Amino acid sequence: MGKIKLTSVDFAGTKEQEAELRKMLKELKGTEGALMPALQKAQGIYGYLPIEVQKIVSEELGVPLEKIFGVVTFYTQFLLNPNGKYDISVCLGTACYVKGAGDVIEKIQNRLDIAPGDCTSDLKFSLNATRCIGCCGLAPVMTINGEVFGKVKADEVDAILDKFKD
Amino acid sequence: MKKTISDINKIKEDLKLSMSIRKGARVVNETIGSEKFMRTVLICGSTGCASSHSVKIYEKFKQLVHDNKMDDQINIVKTGCFGRCASGPIVMVYPEGSFYSQIKPEYVEEIFNEHLVKGNRVDKYLHHEQRDNPEIKNLYDVSFYKKQKKIALRNCGVIDPENIDEYIALDGYQALIKCLTRLKPQEVIDIVKESGLRGRGGGGFPTGNKWQFAKNAEGKIKYVCCNADEGDPGAFMDRSILEGDPNSVIEAMTIAGYAVGSNQGYVYIRAEYPVAIERLQTAISQARDYGLLGSNILGSGFDFDIDLRYGAGAFVCGEETALMTSIEGNRGEPRPRPPFPAIKGLFGKPTLLNNVETYANIPEIINRGSEWFSKMGTEKSKGTKVFALCGKTNDTGLVEIPMGTTLREIVEEIGGGIPNGRKFKAAQTGGPSGGCIPAQLIDTPIDYDNLIQIGSMMGSGGLIVMDEDNCMVDIAKFFLEFTVEESCGKCTPCRVGTKRLLEMLTKITEGRGTLEDLDKMEELCYYIKNNSLCGLGQTAPNPVISTLRYFRSEYEAHVVDKKCPAGVCKKLVTYRITDRCIGCSLCSRNCPVNAITGKIKEKFTIDTSKCIKCGACMSACKFKAIVKE
Amino acid sequence: MKKINLKINGLSVTVPEGTTILEAANIAGIKIPTLCYLKDINKIGACRVCVVEVKGARNLVASCVYPVSEGMEVITNSPKVLDSRKKTVELLLSNHNQDCLSCVRNGSCELNKLSYELGCKSDSYDGVKTESKVDNSSLSIVRDNSKCILCRRCVAACQAYQSVSVIGANSKGFDTHIACAFEQPLGEVSCVNCGQCINVCPTGALREKDEIDEVLEALNNPDKYVVVGTAPSIRVALGEEFGYPIGKNVEGKMVAALRKLGFKNVFDVDFAADLTIMEEGYEFIDRVKNGGKLPMMTSCSPAWIKFMEHNYPELLDHLSTAKSPQQMFGACCKTYFAEKMGIDPKKMFVVSIMPCTAKKYEKDRPYQSAAGVKDIDAVLTTRELARLIKRCGIMFNNLKNEQFDAPLGIGSGAGLIFGATGGVMEAALRTVASVLTGSDLNNIDFNEVRGNSSVKEAVYDIAGMKVKVAVVSSLSAARDMMEKVKQGKADYHFIEVMSCPGGCVNGGGQPILDAHTRNTVDYKKLRASAIYKTDKAMKLRMSHHNPAIREIYDSYFEKPNSHKAHEALHTKYVKRNSFN
Repeated sequence: MGKIKLTSVDFAGTKEQEAELRKMLKELKGTEGALMPALQKAQGIYGYLPIEVQKIVSEELGVPLEKIFGVVTFYTQFLLNPNGKYDISVCLGTACYVKGAGDVIEKIQNRLDIAPGDCTSDLKFSLNATRCIGCCGLAPVMTINGEVFGKVKADEVDAILDKFKD
Repeated sequence: MKKTISDINKIKEDLKLSMSIRKGARVVNETIGSEKFMRTVLICGSTGCASSHSVKIYEKFKQLVHDNKMDDQINIVKTGCFGRCASGPIVMVYPEGSFYSQIKPEYVEEIFNEHLVKGNRVDKYLHHEQRDNPEIKNLYDVSFYKKQKKIALRNCGVIDPENIDEYIALDGYQALIKCLTRLKPQEVIDIVKESGLRGRGGGGFPTGNKWQFAKNAEGKIKYVCCNADEGDPGAFMDRSILEGDPNSVIEAMTIAGYAVGSNQGYVYIRAEYPVAIERLQTAISQARDYGLLGSNILGSGFDFDIDLRYGAGAFVCGEETALMTSIEGNRGEPRPRPPFPAIKGLFGKPTLLNNVETYANIPEIINRGSEWFSKMGTEKSKGTKVFALCGKTNDTGLVEIPMGTTLREIVEEIGGGIPNGRKFKAAQTGGPSGGCIPAQLIDTPIDYDNLIQIGSMMGSGGLIVMDEDNCMVDIAKFFLEFTVEESCGKCTPCRVGTKRLLEMLTKITEGRGTLEDLDKMEELCYYIKNNSLCGLGQTAPNPVISTLRYFRSEYEAHVVDKKCPAGVCKKLVTYRITDRCIGCSLCSRNCPVNAITGKIKEKFTIDTSKCIKCGACMSACKFKAIVKE
Repeated sequence: MKKINLKINGLSVTVPEGTTILEAANIAGIKIPTLCYLKDINKIGACRVCVVEVKGARNLVASCVYPVSEGMEVITNSPKVLDSRKKTVELLLSNHNQDCLSCVRNGSCELNKLSYELGCKSDSYDGVKTESKVDNSSLSIVRDNSKCILCRRCVAACQAYQSVSVIGANSKGFDTHIACAFEQPLGEVSCVNCGQCINVCPTGALREKDEIDEVLEALNNPDKYVVVGTAPSIRVALGEEFGYPIGKNVEGKMVAALRKLGFKNVFDVDFAADLTIMEEGYEFIDRVKNGGKLPMMTSCSPAWIKFMEHNYPELLDHLSTAKSPQQMFGACCKTYFAEKMGIDPKKMFVVSIMPCTAKKYEKDRPYQSAAGVKDIDAVLTTRELARLIKRCGIMFNNLKNEQFDAPLGIGSGAGLIFGATGGVMEAALRTVASVLTGSDLNNIDFNEVRGNSSVKEAVYDIAGMKVKVAVVSSLSAARDMMEKVKQGKADYHFIEVMSCPGGCVNGGGQPILDAHTRNTVDYKKLRASAIYKTDKAMKLRMSHHNPAIREIYDSYFEKPNSHKAHEALHTKYVKRNSFN
């Protein structure tokens, strides 16, 4: 289904967030072209736009859910998946792959219990597989919030992730 | 508090000297006496410099001034972009005009103590040109600026964009006052028409005509929009203007509103530009506070206000109909024209849409007259154009040049030539919509029509310089990848056509192409150009068409010889160890796939069947013994 | 209106200002091919098949959206134009699942036809295809995006006709595809199964869920007693599948074909429509007399029912509780008829032939099993029936006319006009007026409620009471009406709603007409006229006069709205939310 990836994280929105969202939407309702600002603000509140949030936008603005989803998936800035506090990228370029990046990512998947493209339910870690990031000499390479870890072995994963506890 | 026209003029008078010191540079010593500040420090607070801690530098200066109780003597100002982001963070000290570049927060104290307090320039932190050449007294004497002519960027790097008074001090809002008090709407439009100003966002449509259409359109409600959805890879002139001089756009939109009969403006700005958004918001609220926006502006009876709308990361929204569709709350898909926006635009109402740089020219044109403006430039392209110069030149950054300046002047004089003794191969203008200008056309005077004639276009102003290490097929592929990624998916030629075109190009860069593919590709290019719904699709093949036109032999090398002459296309490149190898084994140890073997102190060899062409060996080798061919 | 003079292919044409090049060419007798364009609802200029050359224009222009101007010179068939169209279709083919041999739209595919006309090569361009998978989740509609060419006609139909808007474009660029929010399957969203999307699809990307195999299996099962009933509007549309002109009534051949297929009895759902009038009519009289919920709304159209359940659950008690004619038909077969014939209802297999895809969904709804088993076992659309007839080698055009079987094959003209918008209302008025006044009306033509406009209103003086009625077709018109009802601004007594624009003659299961026909022929009117013409010529034109109806009450249901009738002929509705 194209490049659309739906989240597997359970929705954990609070009553306060919903109240804030509904209040904002009620204010916006009636303004011409309210949908884009509404979605931008909704994402500001929740960090992403899961179905629960889009349904509220739909109800309050009276816009069909599919239209909202069509808009959300058109613009790269709207997120269907939350980003973890720590964003892990594992390079799966050829060099990294042949040096065992597959084992590394599998180890991370198992430890965090998420697939690439997903985020842990406590919103702490998100995991992505990326194309070559040009550090082939350091293969296999992973980054966490931009910090590069080179020559990573699968059994080092735990130690690395332990550094990002809070 | 709302201001009257005389209040505005008073603000201007009060700050005049202080501002002229910053702007003029060549300050006569006597005049300094009447300036209350001993020194003024300008620190670039735009995105480029801010990403290398310029805000920290600013705060540190502020703190030091405050701690030393020198607030009355030293004026610390956070400005917009100087256009030299590669040298950032930039700190300018006036009245001397000392140009400190690549400043780190830890240098601040020294500059403060030595220069600001004692008056001793700290040469080691100066930009190298000023340090090495005593002739250069000021920033604007360096070769990067000499050929430039700043109209749109006139206030960038000069004023504090978060202080409307500084804009007013440099003739800000005088053009609006002139329009509201002395010019009829039609007279305003006539000035814009006579100036010869053309749209700076890409197509180059005459701005005055656009205004006229919007004025002539029937309708009680009309809109004035500003396209600030700058998205060309590498282009950032609109961001710099909004970050450095937001009021110029606000003033121009208000003038446009007055001219075409609109009371509501929208700025559609990329959400990826947080600094610009913040400065624009600040400027709008200051303008409202002064009564320069809102109802009954300056007591004229004219109402106008501006709202911001944020783009959400879709390049196609830079296309005018897509932009409006997006503001209306839809997928940013372009709609067919006619009807043109001037007749039926935003929310179905007559709409005027110009881009940031176009608007930034307007106040100066009104203030100085159409003749002043139309004297600059070429026959059909008047004034100046801002380019984001990047790629293989010694100096890069934002440059504003009179139309008609040659590419050679930009590359060799402003850009300081190609580094490392390499040769100029081509320049790419117009981003994904543009094309490549080859070395034999380097003396072409740059204007709208010349660029189109040689197969490129002005575009929003990206200018990428390339040397022999750039593969033209790869460049075409790079831009096409961008277009395919950004195609909205509505019309067939763009959605499927560009995808197929990219697949053909990929085939060629991987050595799987045939000569027939080249012809088929060319045909497909012209088909996409002729049949696409919007400008994005219609111009998407330009990078391919222009490289095929000027660099066909390079394509043929990929297809016939299965070689990439520039050594860029991975699949066509082989790595080889030459006789310079001393057998240190460093390459072998760095190879991620164990493709290199050999005995210590003997020449190593690469097993090309295993090699994945990552280049790790080549960068590891200390003896330049590994070549790519 | 201002007139514009232009030249198309050298031919001088004068048309009103605002006309598009496409329309002007049509007036001049010049055909320009289209794919995405649908008059009134889809003018997006996206497919680029209709491009033409306009003298002085930099590029080719899309004629479907380009307005004419004075002195314009247009060429619609230059080599450049023809080559461009060819490339456009070839590019579409490069991303199209070319499973043409076994495609349900083989023979009626607009892409196939264009490809043939333009001389396209199916493999001119090769490359990756947009990822997709078949969505089989709906009981009525199958979506196969591998055949979708993104003309968005389905999206326009769902939105403009129906205001349902459960499908739309997701993602962008080459990944763009038509789907539901969050990629949910069609069967799990508030799709009402109307099938209008199928009718406008130029390719096989959308089709009805095929039940032909189930029907064939039942027909070949010696343990099953298989009967069939045809909806009122089938007879005026089925002929199109066999080359007859739009609006030809082929009732006799249709009955003959069904008999040849092996159905034990061939019945007419017109009978059940008459029964609906009795049940619904008496329910209406009861509501009016005893202060029941008004306005009462009809309940024959299952897409409309689902639409109400999703969008106006608070108004459900306005709906008549009477089952739809299809369900009453099934109920009568498995209770009254089965009993009469001494057949175990479990062994009876009832097939209904419907103009409608939502009927496939309706048969599986709860509270639709009068005899303890489902009232209806299989639903075939008009299109499926045509395919079944062809598959079994029946030479439809050569068949001699035959007649429906008694008793469930006896229907009145009132039952027949159910097939067009306004028909239920007219049929009800014929009976209600007679019942209330105690004698039959002289004039039973209620012309005010006929015709294809989406909303019709009338006030009739019946037995001293002003009865205010409204007739609505298309769900977008229904939505507007429900908003009025919600705001208390709809002081009607009775509202008829048909989900499809024009009613069942334009149902989502009817023969597919290509875009050119849809854009240029008033096919809904032609089909409806055939119905009204037949009604006019009939002797039996009022439901309560139908002898089979009298008989079924006398011998089985006692009287309209009796306890027994309620058990078998009425249903219940469920509250849903607007999303699923």
